[in-house]
Amino acid sequence: MTTAVEFSSVSRRFGEVKAVDQVSLKIAEGEFFSMLGPSGSGKTTCLRLIAGFEQPSDGYIIIHGRDATGLPPYQRNVNTVFQDYALFPHMNVLDNIAYGLMVKGVAKKERLTRAAEALDMVALGEYGSRKPAQLSGGQRQRIALARALVNRPKVLLLDEPLGALDLKLREQMQSELKSLQRQLGITFIFVTHDQTEALSMSDRVAVFNNGRIEQMDSPRNLYNRPATAFVAEFVGTSNVLSGSLTEQLNLSGKSFALRPEYITLNSSDEQQDIRLQGRVCDVQYQGANTRYEIELPGGARVNASEANSILSQADAPRAGDSVTVSWHSDAMIELQAQAGER
Amino acid sequence: MHSEKASVWLKAAAWGGLVFLHFPIFIIALYAFNTEESAFSFPPPGLTTKWFAVAFSRNDVLESIGLSLQIACMATLLALLLGTLAAAALYRRNFFGRDSITLMMILPIALPGIITGLALLSAFKALDIQPGIMTIVIGHATFCVVIVYNNVVARFRRTSHSLIEASMDLGADGWQTFRYIILPNLGTAMLAGGMLAFALSFDELIVTTFTAGHEKPLPIWLLNQLTRPRDVPVTNVVALMVMLVTMIPVLLAYLLTRGGEDVAGSGK
Repeated sequence: MTTAVEFSSVSRRFGEVKAVDQVSLKIAEGEFFSMLGPSGSGKTTCLRLIAGFEQPSDGYIIIHGRDATGLPPYQRNVNTVFQDYALFPHMNVLDNIAYGLMVKGVAKKERLTRAAEALDMVALGEYGSRKPAQLSGGQRQRIALARALVNRPKVLLLDEPLGALDLKLREQMQSELKSLQRQLGITFIFVTHDQTEALSMSDRVAVFNNGRIEQMDSPRNLYNRPATAFVAEFVGTSNVLSGSLTEQLNLSGKSFALRPEYITLNSSDEQQDIRLQGRVCDVQYQGANTRYEIELPGGARVNASEANSILSQADAPRAGDSVTVSWHSDAMIELQAQAGER
Repeated sequence: MHSEKASVWLKAAAWGGLVFLHFPIFIIALYAFNTEESAFSFPPPGLTTKWFAVAFSRNDVLESIGLSLQIACMATLLALLLGTLAAAALYRRNFFGRDSITLMMILPIALPGIITGLALLSAFKALDIQPGIMTIVIGHATFCVVIVYNNVVARFRRTSHSLIEASMDLGADGWQTFRYIILPNLGTAMLAGGMLAFALSFDELIVTTFTAGHEKPLPIWLLNQLTRPRDVPVTNVVALMVMLVTMIPVLLAYLLTRGGEDVAGSGK
């Protein structure tokens, strides 16, 4: 499989601030790749480096085998869907979509035909003559997508494109984006701070923190085998076990991630080889499951999450109850102190 | 008592204020049609349009109007060029001294005209430049640039920067982005700024007095008329013309820039 985008120890500094710090990555052609991280973690700067809105301070960027370092945005075969959509307010929808073709000198008849096709692709065929101001947020989102895709880019960059939409629409757009990507076979690079979004759509996810990639892996591995405490806590929720608690378990000096759903309360399952006595501090009912905050001897606290069933409701532990917490030792994932040691 | 309707007194005060402001204009308009030659009896004994014919057959009137139009056009063009460039340079980039430069850009409009005029006059004297059309144009440009700058910089700030990035992203180079994205978004702001600048230049008296030398643009011609009253209604006719020439662009500028309170291109 050929490489669509390659970063080779790319850094981007703004004055003293290292927005992107020595990032190396390879994104395969046709891959749905997500950059996940909190705000200010460098994921958006990485996207802007690929688009050409920023240039690296160090390192180089290769897009489809061609050194793109220093190339302006208009000489790169990539297109962007902007967070605020950036539709041109003085043009109607069809002219917005045809803009990329127009500046490349495609004849009027052909570009309008292709723009109309792109509009049909996002199911807004009859909206061509409207102005962007006359559309809803979800519709603008689709127009922005059509405007980028009509240029048949090799790589499509999406900068938190679903952030402004409400939950229902967001979920619908997620599956539409995913099926569009499969159908077109274009490399999608998707920036988001929403871990559910990243996990559900991507082939691979890079988790950013402080300008570096903490971990780059498939969603399943990212969730099941987080490499660092940051990843364990940012992707889903995790208990990070360290200090006195790991000493009690004769695992001193290391830290471990443990997902709340792998901890069971008052279980008689003999395979759960780690058993501790604890006290329930807090109970949060969350509908499908219940979350318990449990204080262990020595003062460490862990979160446990149990699925609710009709039968278990009556004898569920309450705050203040003593409980036996248990888990399988395989559920504990050893963490590295810092990124990049693996 | 709170009610949606304004009270009678408030309405009366508002109308009173408007009448106070616009009554003199009405008087000038009325006496432009006066049949008397040099007296202001009220009401005018009769109305006639003959002064319009007289005014337009007098060479000094036509020359003054022509000169003022010429000056206003040149000052406006200069202001459009400099004001737009200044706005483009200052609206976004953060560099040392930006705020001072912005203040210096805007200052000429706050300075009393007499100061600007004196300063320009002594500067021209020091540089040994003969007063003439060019010195008037330069004098007018000092405040016309500010008007254009203010209009354009406001539009720049309301235009989302991602529009420019989106254009480049879609394959447009710098010139195409300017031609298809920036200019159409700035267009009405530039037009509005230009029209206001034109109107300001056309009837500017104080700065003109200091920089005109022997030239006689319209405001100076009008002032001279008042000291040597000859055909008073002709003066009123010309004043009426000045009013129309300045008011129409101002109205158009208002129509062009009202509405559109949202930031262009960032609506979600």
